Amino acid sequence: MTRISDPHALPGADPHTGNRRIDPVTGYDTTGHDWGGIQELNTPFPKIATIALLLTFLYSVVTWVLLPAWPTGRDYTRGLWGLDQGRMARDGFQAVDAVRQGWLSRFIDPDFAALASDDLLMAQAMPAAARLFADNCAACHGTSGSGGPGFPALDDADWLWGGEPEIVAETIALGINAADDSRVAEMPVFDWLEPADRQALAAYVAGLPQGNAPADSPAATLFAENCAACHGDGGTGGLLAGAPSLTDHSVLYGQDEAAILSTLRHGRRGIMPAWSQRLSPAEINLLAFYVSALPEAKP
Amino acid sequence: MQASLTTAERQIGTGLAVTLALGGLVMAAAARHGVMAVHGAMALALGLGLVFRLGAVLYDVAPAGLDRASRYDDGPTRFGIWMTLTWAMIGMVAGVWVATLLYWPEATPPWPATSFGRLRPVHTTGIIFGFGGNALIATSFWVLQRTSRARLADALSPWVVLIGYNLFCAWAVTGYLMGTTQSKEYAEAEWYADLWLVVVWVIYFTLYLRTLARRAEPHIYVANWYYMAFILVVAMLHVVNNIALPVSWAGAKSYTVWSGVQDAMIQWWYGHNAVAFFLTAGFLGMLYYFLPVRSGRPIWSYRLSILSFWGIVFFYIWVGSHHLHYTALPYWVQTLGMTFSVMLLVPSWASAGNAIATLNGAWGRVRDDATLRFMFVAAVFYGLSTFEGSFLAIRPVNSLSHYTDWTVGHVHSGTLGWVAMIIFGAIYSIVPQLAGREAMAWPKAVEWHFWLAVLGTLVYVIAMWNAGITQGLMWRAYDANGALSYSFLQSVQAMAPYYLLRAIGGAMFLGGAVLCTLNCRATLRQSRTRDLAHDRPLAAQPAE
Repeated sequence: MTRISDPHALPGADPHTGNRRIDPVTGYDTTGHDWGGIQELNTPFPKIATIALLLTFLYSVVTWVLLPAWPTGRDYTRGLWGLDQGRMARDGFQAVDAVRQGWLSRFIDPDFAALASDDLLMAQAMPAAARLFADNCAACHGTSGSGGPGFPALDDADWLWGGEPEIVAETIALGINAADDSRVAEMPVFDWLEPADRQALAAYVAGLPQGNAPADSPAATLFAENCAACHGDGGTGGLLAGAPSLTDHSVLYGQDEAAILSTLRHGRRGIMPAWSQRLSPAEINLLAFYVSALPEAKP
Repeated sequence: MQASLTTAERQIGTGLAVTLALGGLVMAAAARHGVMAVHGAMALALGLGLVFRLGAVLYDVAPAGLDRASRYDDGPTRFGIWMTLTWAMIGMVAGVWVATLLYWPEATPPWPATSFGRLRPVHTTGIIFGFGGNALIATSFWVLQRTSRARLADALSPWVVLIGYNLFCAWAVTGYLMGTTQSKEYAEAEWYADLWLVVVWVIYFTLYLRTLARRAEPHIYVANWYYMAFILVVAMLHVVNNIALPVSWAGAKSYTVWSGVQDAMIQWWYGHNAVAFFLTAGFLGMLYYFLPVRSGRPIWSYRLSILSFWGIVFFYIWVGSHHLHYTALPYWVQTLGMTFSVMLLVPSWASAGNAIATLNGAWGRVRDDATLRFMFVAAVFYGLSTFEGSFLAIRPVNSLSHYTDWTVGHVHSGTLGWVAMIIFGAIYSIVPQLAGREAMAWPKAVEWHFWLAVLGTLVYVIAMWNAGITQGLMWRAYDANGALSYSFLQSVQAMAPYYLLRAIGGAMFLGGAVLCTLNCRATLRQSRTRDLAHDRPLAAQPAE
């Protein structure tokens, strides 16, 4: 190594004067650069930074050897572990699913009455059913199944299509007004009726739950001619046609006069999606079992 | 603005303003209605305003004593600081409001423009581009001139850059409110705004290089390396990610040319490098100037600066794929993103460590000076969030954290703790000098701001860590029977206390920023024109 004799060439020396400035705090000299008072110390490269850098390199190289890492034109290095993220995800799901099928498979073609008496099965299934309900049904029907405007309550005794588990399962699977093969329910538009007639009908129907709808009035005739075909004589409901009873509280859109006028004028065609594409038959049966028991579970 | 311009520059400026107004008119006329027409009208109004402003003084004699060659051009910086604070108010109010909506969704007003989905990008764009971008441009002009001992290469382009950039921000934010978006996170602005930004950015980079070429110092200071990396790489990212085909030249809607998983990869290559080069590199430039100046200490290690700069610039570009772990993106791309994220840690920590070690010998000042403390806390949070970033990029860790509020907490430990803190440190350093004073008008308010900012950040970040880890654990939990332990709804309900805390932490941070804005206003209102002794004299320049 040659000795540097020119002070200008020393590290930290001012290139013009050759002075080395030593920082009194750290004892290091500066690089000799100066930007408006900003200087830089000539601190040697900290060993720990080198070690840390090498450790992260080592981690990376090991990872590249073990996992899929570098592209090679049309292919890529597969890694010694030969991992495939698609297969790993599938395996993980299958492992969980195997545990679940232990009890869920009993819902594939169920005898609901027999299942209900199996306490061990109920202890396994009901918490899962509650989560399925919360994830799939609660957004419309409410967290406790209490419904809301436009969405039927599931925790009362009024069912539009029937509340037995088999029937609820069909409703869940096929939906209402959702697909070609789903249940169909439509309240037609009655905007062709004279406004005065609609007004009279609205007042009549609004009085039905309290039983104070006048029996032999022009409105009663209008009701028999236009509404009774679906809603039944006296408005007691046409189950299995999706036409609600007008004498209790199963109407979804409100039974005050304003709501009824709106219904008469615009009609109603609510949609319940079909879940057969999203849930398995066993899950649908489990949910149907859970939903049909909601009225009893209500405190 | 006009005070520092010569007659010829005022004429050129008026010409540019007329061009802008005509361009806006053409846009509005072509679009006729909709978002683009409104944006055209905005450009028209801005252009006309500038025409009147410059036209009114077109042939006025330049004020006596305007000796441009002997002083730095700080007018654009002053304007940029104002815009920084304006956007801070817009972006932070929007942020606190949407945070409140997450706790209290019933408060959403019934208008489309005030829905969560439209206000959320107003927050992100307002903060990143409005607040962060203006701070970067304003401080870059300040730092560039002082570390080069040269005045900006010309008097007009800094104004074009700042006014043009703010037009971009205003277009972007008003567009979201009216319902347009490219649906690319942090690149939501539509095609003509993106093209406009390219023009502005080219002028910015050219100005930077031209000024640097005039420098009177033999070396280029580290801060300028970072600012240049910021400008250059952001241009590259912006152009590639925003290549899109407009549905019509007369409408705002466009579709990206990228599709499928390539689109996702390009979006997150952009998205993560927006973090790297917009929110990191530029702000490291800021830190590298204001920290040594304020503390009066030399940078601890020149060698570490070199390692950090090249490490950050090289490794960051690779890591975007860690945003797409466990997706349709091929596994090998994920592995590369993960490993490069881990290798990135050491250069990042070298920067943070270098900054903190620089304070050796100045800890007394850190204790006494809230402005320097802002910079110290910024360096600490920079270290924390870069560690967290590398950690979250590790695939199995990401399987817990991804899609949860942990990500939101991580981003905010970076933006509140690092980016905003260093901005406030820089503002409190610059504003008194701009006003020709020794200190801010209300020194106590700086102290209050500091503690509000630190506490707000901690409350925010800790709430989001808890929220994210809780979510991640709830989502992945199966019971002994192989069924999910929690419904998604339960995981949402579990967030309520954390979302409330987040809104409170954000409101504290906003409160501090409001103090800062009022303080800057009070300080700048009492401006005196005199050169402060500690501002570096400009080197003699050749006649312009």
